[in-house]
Amino acid sequence: MTGFRTCPTTGFKIDLNADKLIKWNAVSAVIFLLIGGLFGILVALTRWPAVHILPPDLFYLALTAHGLDVLLVWIIFFEVALLYFASSVLLQCRIATPKMAWLAFILMWVGALMTNVAVLMGDSSVMFTSYVPMKAAPSFYLGIILFAVGALIACFIFFGTLVIAKQEKTYEGSIPLVTFGAMTAAIIAIFTIASGAIILIPTLLWSVGYVGSIDTVMYKVVWWAMGHSSQQINVSAHIACWYALAAILFGAKPLSEKVSRMAFFMYILFLQIASAHHLLVEPGLSSEYKIFNTSYALYLAVLGSMIHGLTVPGAVEAAQRAKGYNKGLFEWLRKAPWGNPSFSGFALSVVMFGFLGGISGVMMGTEQLNIIIHNTIYVPGHFHATVVTGTTLAFMAMSYWLVPVLWQKELVGAGMAKWQPYLFGIGMGLVATFQMGAGTLGVPRRHWDMNFADAMINYDFPAAANLMMAGNGIAAIIATVGGVIFLYNMVATILWGKPLQNAPKAEEEAVAAGPVAAHGSAGTMAVPGTFVLALIFLTAFILYYFVNWKYLASVWGLS
Amino acid sequence: MAIFPPPQRVWWNEPVEKSEVFWVSIALIWALIMFFMMPYWHLTGEQNLSNEAYRTTPDAFGAKVEAMVDQYKVREEGDTGVPVVRPPAGSDVYMLARLWEWYPVLEFEKGETYRLHLSSMDWQHGFSLQPENINIQIHPNYDMVVTMTPTSTGEFGVVCNEFCGVGHHTMVGKIYVVDKK
Repeated sequence: MTGFRTCPTTGFKIDLNADKLIKWNAVSAVIFLLIGGLFGILVALTRWPAVHILPPDLFYLALTAHGLDVLLVWIIFFEVALLYFASSVLLQCRIATPKMAWLAFILMWVGALMTNVAVLMGDSSVMFTSYVPMKAAPSFYLGIILFAVGALIACFIFFGTLVIAKQEKTYEGSIPLVTFGAMTAAIIAIFTIASGAIILIPTLLWSVGYVGSIDTVMYKVVWWAMGHSSQQINVSAHIACWYALAAILFGAKPLSEKVSRMAFFMYILFLQIASAHHLLVEPGLSSEYKIFNTSYALYLAVLGSMIHGLTVPGAVEAAQRAKGYNKGLFEWLRKAPWGNPSFSGFALSVVMFGFLGGISGVMMGTEQLNIIIHNTIYVPGHFHATVVTGTTLAFMAMSYWLVPVLWQKELVGAGMAKWQPYLFGIGMGLVATFQMGAGTLGVPRRHWDMNFADAMINYDFPAAANLMMAGNGIAAIIATVGGVIFLYNMVATILWGKPLQNAPKAEEEAVAAGPVAAHGSAGTMAVPGTFVLALIFLTAFILYYFVNWKYLASVWGLS
Repeated sequence: MAIFPPPQRVWWNEPVEKSEVFWVSIALIWALIMFFMMPYWHLTGEQNLSNEAYRTTPDAFGAKVEAMVDQYKVREEGDTGVPVVRPPAGSDVYMLARLWEWYPVLEFEKGETYRLHLSSMDWQHGFSLQPENINIQIHPNYDMVVTMTPTSTGEFGVVCNEFCGVGHHTMVGKIYVVDKK
């Protein structure tokens, strides 16, 4: 039986099954963010040479658990909640097969626990990537497979819900842009999980002895079709969140439906092919393959991201200008609600994902430039910028709106929440920057002792490298404070929040933004401020890209 | 608004704002420039990895390393017992990775070119030449050939930067580069 409630804040008709599923998946996500985050701070403190808190075996264990719990479990649980939200809630439709959705939920929990237990037992410290021929316990692989099957079911439920909404005519015309972005994420997720099955099922069989050996290069080619694409699920999902937040906070309408949807469509076509980002200095693959694959064909997925980089802030600018914030280039930005964690988190996510994560990712994904980057701590620097300051911060910003609205409770600790995105976002931005800096000096990733105290032959990194790893530790502490505030805000709101009396202010504006929605459409609204910001971004991009070519040109000849 | 269906049913016919078209155009040009930088560097740049790699086995590769060590060993590295090998310029040179060492230590001449073969005896390892910061992934059963021309002299560290178990952080090797005699 399906029942609906009407959300007093938004006026949306929400399926009660979907309501419960979104809440439980979001809560599960936050639990694993806590677990993964704790392992993360232990890792950062161990890599601070003067602190060096964990012994080597526990360090490698904590690093494996950190990667799995935040990169996989936190993010996928939250994305499942987003998929149900973007289909069932936004289309005001009953969710398809709620019983299967609970099965998916249970499978994901069982899988996540199984893998975590395997890692905590100490015989599966093989890192998130579990490169063969290093072997983990069979339950390590089985847990990931079960988790992925659960996520796959959730994707099918998303598509099922789209079909129901179409058949039952719960909306008119095309699906909303946010739902389209979520659909992009779901399509990439299915590709990702299929790739994961192709490689992890044989690896499971190998770990129990039914398969003799697994080719190490083949493993990486297929594994990264999962590993890299899974990060593209995040990109699509958090950009959908950006559009959603722009709409919720400002009543912003996309500058052009056509351009924004085309950018998502480029993701569907090209974003998932770049497994070669991780294989650029590998034996046995040709340069032709590497160049085509690493560039997403002709950098067409990067083009998609650069389009979102203009249209998301552009939509905000157009909406703000329509409200009269028209002075100069940037009044619309100055007068934005910087004290609202949903907005500040969203804004920091856009800026840091582009400047820190995007530019570094394209640079190090260049075939030859990868030689001076591969497996240095620059790589985690890059993905902490994309996955943490980009995806996680966007999801936190979304949560600051979604949790009070779904639970109909007032945010607890609103004063602290104002500071949360700055602490977490800037802390993590510094983590990424220090790691990238240390990586440029050659510091290896996944390494317990960069000073090689126990080694027979020694090598001394420049003193600046030690300093940067100390900076990384301090920045990680700042980010952890921000992370703890987020967890407190969420848990306390859900458990002890007062029932919501009035709709949040931002939301009132959004609902009242009917006339605004007509503005900002093609041809009616110029966005000069955003355009200037985009040109600054492009200039930084070009400079940084060629500086690295110059650096490459100074190393030993290789051919 | 992006959380509702587009207000105009036929949204794909809406004209696109000029600055948006302009941005898409320059972004596309930049994408193409970045793409063509890679083949361009293959033609003109000095730093390209070869696509030369062979199937091998730990035994076969280990035998080649030993043969080279026997022939060209010049001394031992401190009191570690690890041989330092000075192969002739232009020759095939071998270095192996295993838990947890790089073997042997090599000595090159500046400005000469060597065909450096790299492979692993067990798990994957990461050849990370410091402070040059040249990083190459080493697989078991693959013999990767890197044609290398040192352009500076001194002592260079070879750090392992692919996680290879609990002794990973003790795996450091060395390459000496000396001036031509």
